[in-house]
Order: sequence, then C-alpha cells, then structure tokens
Amino acid sequence: MNVARTDFPLLAAQPSLVYLDSAATAQKPRAVLDAIRDYYETTNANPHRGAYRLSGAATEAYHGARRDIARFLGAADADALIFTRGTTEALNLLATAWGHAHVHRGDRVVVTRLEHHANFVPWQQLARAVGAEFRICEMTHDGQVDLDQLRLLVTANTRVVAFGHVSNALGTINDVTDIVKIAHTAGAMAFCDGAQGAPHLRVDFDALGVDAYAFSGHKMLGPMGIGGVVARRSLLEATPPYQYGGDMIEYVFDGDTTFNVLPHKFEAGTPNVEGAVGLAAAVRYLDGLGMDAVRAHEVSLTRYALQQLATIDGLHVQGPATAEARSGVVSFTLGDIHPHDLSTMLDVDGVCVRAGHHCAQPLMRALRVNATVRASFYVYNTPADVDALVASLRKAKVRFGAHAG
Amino acid sequence: MPTPADAVVRSAAEAPGAGLAALYQERILDHYRRPRHKGALDRATGVHAVKNPLCGDDVTVSVLERDGVVVEARFTGVGCSIMQATASMLMDAVHGKSREEIEALVHHFDAMLAGGAADESLGALGALAGVAGFPARHKCAKLPWAALKGAIGSG
Repeated sequence: MNVARTDFPLLAAQPSLVYLDSAATAQKPRAVLDAIRDYYETTNANPHRGAYRLSGAATEAYHGARRDIARFLGAADADALIFTRGTTEALNLLATAWGHAHVHRGDRVVVTRLEHHANFVPWQQLARAVGAEFRICEMTHDGQVDLDQLRLLVTANTRVVAFGHVSNALGTINDVTDIVKIAHTAGAMAFCDGAQGAPHLRVDFDALGVDAYAFSGHKMLGPMGIGGVVARRSLLEATPPYQYGGDMIEYVFDGDTTFNVLPHKFEAGTPNVEGAVGLAAAVRYLDGLGMDAVRAHEVSLTRYALQQLATIDGLHVQGPATAEARSGVVSFTLGDIHPHDLSTMLDVDGVCVRAGHHCAQPLMRALRVNATVRASFYVYNTPADVDALVASLRKAKVRFGAHAG
Repeated sequence: MPTPADAVVRSAAEAPGAGLAALYQERILDHYRRPRHKGALDRATGVHAVKNPLCGDDVTVSVLERDGVVVEARFTGVGCSIMQATASMLMDAVHGKSREEIEALVHHFDAMLAGGAADESLGALGALAGVAGFPARHKCAKLPWAALKGAIGSG
C-alpha cells in the first residue's frame, strides 16, 4: 500500500515529523478537511428543523453520512447506528441507559484486564450504583484475554461482557467470536469497544455477533467529536433514552413525553453534521485503500518494528509476541529510563510517541509498570519512521548511559 | 516548515539538541543516578506525599523542623530523571532554611521555569533552568516542591 504523505496536509507541511501516535488520534487526509469545508460552504442548516430545501439538504448530508459509515462497519440497519461524541460517550450511553434499565442488584458485569478506562469505569460505576458484582477477566502472560477464566466468570446472572476489540495499550487483537459465544451462551450481552478496532481491521458488525460496537471517528482519519455505536435494533428499542431534548421527542405533553424512533431517540439536540460528513469522507478514503490492504500494511510495519526494537539491549516489548496477534501498536520500556524522559528525547528528534499509562491503570498495575512508551502506526507510516524511532532510542540510551542496561 | 519539536528546541536553546543537552546535563543525571537524601526520615515533624496520576510518578517528602528551620529533609518515591533530580537537589537546598526562605525559593524556581534567569539563591537547582524549554515536563520538576510544601505545612 502506498499512501502519499501529501494526502495529509499536516504531515506534508512538517516533512521531518515522525508521527507514531495514531492510536491516540490519527492525522486527517485532505479529503476529510475538504468535506467539512464543503458542507459549511454549500449545505449548512439545522437538519430536521426547516421545511426549506437547505435544511433538507443538511438532513440528507447527515443521514447519508450515517449510511456510508454503517456500510463501512458492515451494518445493514443504518438507523441502528447512533452518533455520539466518540467511543467514550457511546460506552457511557450503554452503561447508563441500557445498564440502569437491565442490570440489577445481584447481577454480574464482566470486563477484561485490558480495558481502556472508558470501557472500565462506566461498568464499575454502574455495578456500584445498582449493587451488581463487577468482575475483571485477567489476561494471559502475552497480553491476551484469558478465555478459560472468562468461561468461568460469565455465569447465568451475568448481564453484560464489555471488552475491547483491540487493546489500546498493548495492541492485542481479541477473539471477538469466542468472547461473544461465551457471553451469549450465558445469556449476557456482548458489548465491544471498537475504538482501536474500526480504524485498523475490517469490521463486519452483522457477522461479528456483538450486540453493540462503539467507535471513534478521530482515530480513523475523521474529525474529533464524532463517533458512535452500532447496535442491534431490538437492544436500542429496549433501552430508554440517554439524553432528553430536541429531535429525540415525538409528542411532549404537560405531564409526559413520547419518544422518536431510531436513531433520533438517542440523538438529542442539534447533531454534529460536520463531524458525520467528515467521518463519512474518512471511511470513503479508507475504503479506497481497502481495509485488507490497511491491515497488511500495519502487520508488515509492526513486524519490522518488533524486529528492529529487538536489536536494542534492555528494550522490553509488552504484549503479544507476533505482529499478526496485534494491531499496529508497540508498547515498551527501555531499561529503567522513565518513559517520559524517553518521550522528551524522542520529541526533540521529531518522533511523536505516547508515554504514560494509556488510560489503562488497572492494566499497568497488572504489568507492574508505572508507564510505557507506545508507538502506533497507521496508513501514512513507513519503515523509515520505524528507523527514525530506533535511531532516536539508541541516542537516548547513550545519553542515559549505564542506566539503560 | 518547522515542526513543533523544532519550536521546542528553539525555545530552549539555539541549536537542535542543545535544549536536550541543557535539560539532561550531567549534574542533573548525576543527582538522578545517585540521589542524595533519599529514604525515610526518623522523627520527622512533617510528611507529605503527592502523585502525578498521568505518569504514575509519586514522591514523599519528610522534614524535621526545629525552631522554624528545616534541619533535615529526605524523600522517597519513583519517577523520571527530572523529578528525582529535582527532589535530590531540593533536599540539599532547604537544609538550614526557614519557611520564609523556602517560600522565596519556590517563587524563584517558578520564575525560572517560566523562562526567567535563575536567582542566585537557587544554587544547584539553577541547573534545572533547561526544563523551562520543555513545558510538558514542568510538572515533573514541580512535584517534589508540592510534597515539600505539604510536609512543611503539616508540621
């Protein structure tokens, strides 16, 4: 796969920048920026409101974007795709609106050790609020969900298994089919945090079997502030509204209100049309590359990175051993050099990596590290970026001398 | 076109790499590798712990005050080189100082991080002037000061 750096204005303007933090947020192709500008220059009005043609065009832009994104995620029922600010809001919607209606005292809620705080804290707090039991499925030594333990943990009183498609901290790709089977065998819902899955792997929602799949636009070349959840229609229909306001109502009486149909029921207020239009342009760009080609590119880069990083003495990579078992994410430590010191030294060479706990403190505690450095790859990265990372790490090691042993 | 990394370096020093040299100069790395005054303090009159949940760093400062003067200060904790070196130098610097003198040091150190010249009274802590060019690392250098202020206040 050959992605022109010139497709990405920020990268084109900063040729020496080595951007290795796409798991945090991706850079944006010109096509996305153009789509947002074009929307405002030609189509902007408040959707669903006006009887005039411009409002109709804005409505069509918004729901056309929904259809494009649903198609990209393999969901035939586009109206069961609810737009939110991103994965975090989507997971909070599930834990708050579905959770409080369906999880009760004595029930069990199961998450995994690999979860991002956004798929951990909402379930933990739901369990605390209703008096349910909150259980964490541990991982194996190489950073995979321990499916044997999961089978034991998911009991008949388990209402939901919430798990990530791909670990943001380690890059582990989870076996969605196996986890769904375990959840459904016990009669529990299977909710998937797809923030790190949708940008990198072909997602076929209707075939995956999960009951809900949450995603973020900004990690898949789209703008910030848009994302959503695609879910089974029957699940959304059995879930009370999350927020109240305009658009989501049908009739409002003095003493009661009836609610609108999907997707409006979960989209109170003026929607983020610009975001939806931008994200639709992003998925068209990804479709143009082909998600199989995106995946092959990342496997090849990750394999090269694992090989090159292994040549640095004292460097310890966390998570699965092979590139095939992980997304384009490599999390590591180098001797006892603090990740923030490493990150600063890499930054001076123009190498952008994440250092810290990656919003996964329970996972970091289990790994017995305070922080790691994380390099993550996407469509615009090249083997030369890996070379720059490795060269910069070698320089950092020299500066810190014997301490890096 | 300049990169943000270039901008950071320019704000710290003239040539690329010089900012890093200023940040990680040998005096700082030496305090990091061989921290002074590390460990618990028996008979402490004040102890205070602070954490930075973003990076997982934590530092605890114990002080022994007598007649309004710090006669001994020690620290424990884990963290990056800047945090550890600051803590090590700071424990040196506060020895024999009154609360008022320590407040003046806090003021001078903050002014230095804001880009001002290092006041003479900072002594060895003036080596940390290079941190000013790396705003993302200011909190690393400030963590031990926060622990110290808490320890003195709790006495």
